[in-house]
Amino acid sequence: MIAAAYAIPDILAFLTAAVMIVVGALGVLAVKNPVHAALSLILTLFGVAVAFVAQAADFLAVVQIIVYAGAIVVLFLFVIMFLGVDRFETVRVEPLVGQRALAGVGAVITVGGLIVLLASSHWVTGAVAVSTSGHPAAVGAGNVRAVGTAVFTTYLFAFEATAALLIIAVVGAVLLARRERRMDREEEA
Amino acid sequence: MMLASAVDPIYAHGVTLAVVVIVLVRMVVGFAALMGAVTVMIWFERKAISDMQSRIGPTRWGPFGLFQTLADGLKLIVKEDLVPQEADRFVFKLAPYLSLIPALVTFAIVPVGGTVDIAGHPVVLQMANPPVGVLLMLAMSGISVYGVVLAGWSSGSKYPLMSSVRASAQMISYEAALGMTIVTVVLATGSLSTQNIVAAQAHGIWHWNLIRLGIVPFVIFLIAITAELNRPPFDVVEAETELVGGFHTEYSSFRFGVFYLAEFMNTITMSAIIVTLFLGGPAGWVPNIPHLRWLFPILWFLIKTTLFAFGYIWFRAALPRFRYDQLMDLGWKRLIPLSLGWMLIVAGFLIRPSWGFLMAALVILAWTLLTRTVAIGAQRQEGADSLLPAIGERPLPGRVLRAFTDHEED
Repeated sequence: MIAAAYAIPDILAFLTAAVMIVVGALGVLAVKNPVHAALSLILTLFGVAVAFVAQAADFLAVVQIIVYAGAIVVLFLFVIMFLGVDRFETVRVEPLVGQRALAGVGAVITVGGLIVLLASSHWVTGAVAVSTSGHPAAVGAGNVRAVGTAVFTTYLFAFEATAALLIIAVVGAVLLARRERRMDREEEA
Repeated sequence: MMLASAVDPIYAHGVTLAVVVIVLVRMVVGFAALMGAVTVMIWFERKAISDMQSRIGPTRWGPFGLFQTLADGLKLIVKEDLVPQEADRFVFKLAPYLSLIPALVTFAIVPVGGTVDIAGHPVVLQMANPPVGVLLMLAMSGISVYGVVLAGWSSGSKYPLMSSVRASAQMISYEAALGMTIVTVVLATGSLSTQNIVAAQAHGIWHWNLIRLGIVPFVIFLIAITAELNRPPFDVVEAETELVGGFHTEYSSFRFGVFYLAEFMNTITMSAIIVTLFLGGPAGWVPNIPHLRWLFPILWFLIKTTLFAFGYIWFRAALPRFRYDQLMDLGWKRLIPLSLGWMLIVAGFLIRPSWGFLMAALVILAWTLLTRTVAIGAQRQEGADSLLPAIGERPLPGRVLRAFTDHEED
């Protein structure tokens, strides 16, 4: 039945992406060294990019690599190297009491919700490009146009709100990092 | 029309065995040409810098020392392969390839020439023409920093680690300006595909993005790409005077060779990208000689790319290295606002001239405000830091120390 819905190359692409995503995600959790964890994260991000390409969302795939692999994980690495959170860390002492139980409950809710969603909707839609609802104009170069139109019309409010949020975060970070040095000195004296 | 041009015309009549063979051969030829170009580039750089410094440079191997690179490569391959004891072995071995692969992939999107007819198939002289085009180049330049960062970190040594911290900060600082100038080019073209970008510049020198967008985006792009390449004068990553050899201090033999190869391959690829984005790629005058018309676009492309490759060599010989804080200053306070402002002005002019002038006025206003803000911010320094003079006038270390200790005793 699956073979009827998908062609062999699609299945291969999906398997490649799935293996990359799952192995990377498990690696982030299992590996002790923070830099290795960041590398596993990159593997996951590339897997997601492959999945995007398989869904004919080329633009999203490239943006995924530029933004996440090209900028955000580089920042992670920068912080890891700068602060020297290098090598192995002992996590015997729990900073937050009861976080493991809460995390377990969260995981159960998420996985349960996903299963409910999958069971209540179509498991196999058979459509190669879900993101563009199979519309040929949105494949390839039309991709950018479709995303751009959606961002600047349908989702304009969310887009601008995100932009404002990021600006606020940046200003807040600058404010927190750049405190008056003289005040510290007076407190000491 | 947009959709049709995004797909390689070779696939127009279905994928046959001949098409597959042509595509494979095209890929191998492209790769071989790039490798050949790298060996020549290394020789060219050494010879040109030797000339500028009144030296002779390599002379022993082959005519004019042309085979020096091959001899060096052979030497590096047969040398002993060392991995430092403190190194993270897996990442240490992975890092060189992480810097080589992006250089190779980026070259695939560069249109080297026009279209050639081979056995009845129209063959575009470009390894791949993905619809996302230049974005692929941006993604790969983002990825290429991992080679440097991970090499430095995994060496388990002090100076390489500093080098990789510098590399990641530098990459992030210049990526934004780089992206913004590419947006300017894409806005003017209306397409991301490099094929379309080149086609839009094909009708003479006044259509080249270099002139059509004003010189500013080109200059910003050239500076930002030089910084991304870690070429002089932006090579704080491998500043010999400060960091021994930078990220590749601990590397030897073949792995060092791979880094070396990647650096020069990146230089060639980025020269080709500049030519593609701003100088019309293979566009140029084609004389009406039968059977040889296909050759001239390739020649034009080679001439333009060589020009920029020589420019990089010239930079290396002529310009002193930036200090790290100057580098950050240039990236964040000059290039990013300038590229953002210029992008807005170009976007305005693309709609209507009046909008363009309005945008220009707004950008000038914003620039003035920004300059004023930076000036106020620079004056605001208080506390122990204020005892140090402004960056640029460097006091003697003893004076700084005395200023600090005097203050502590108050």
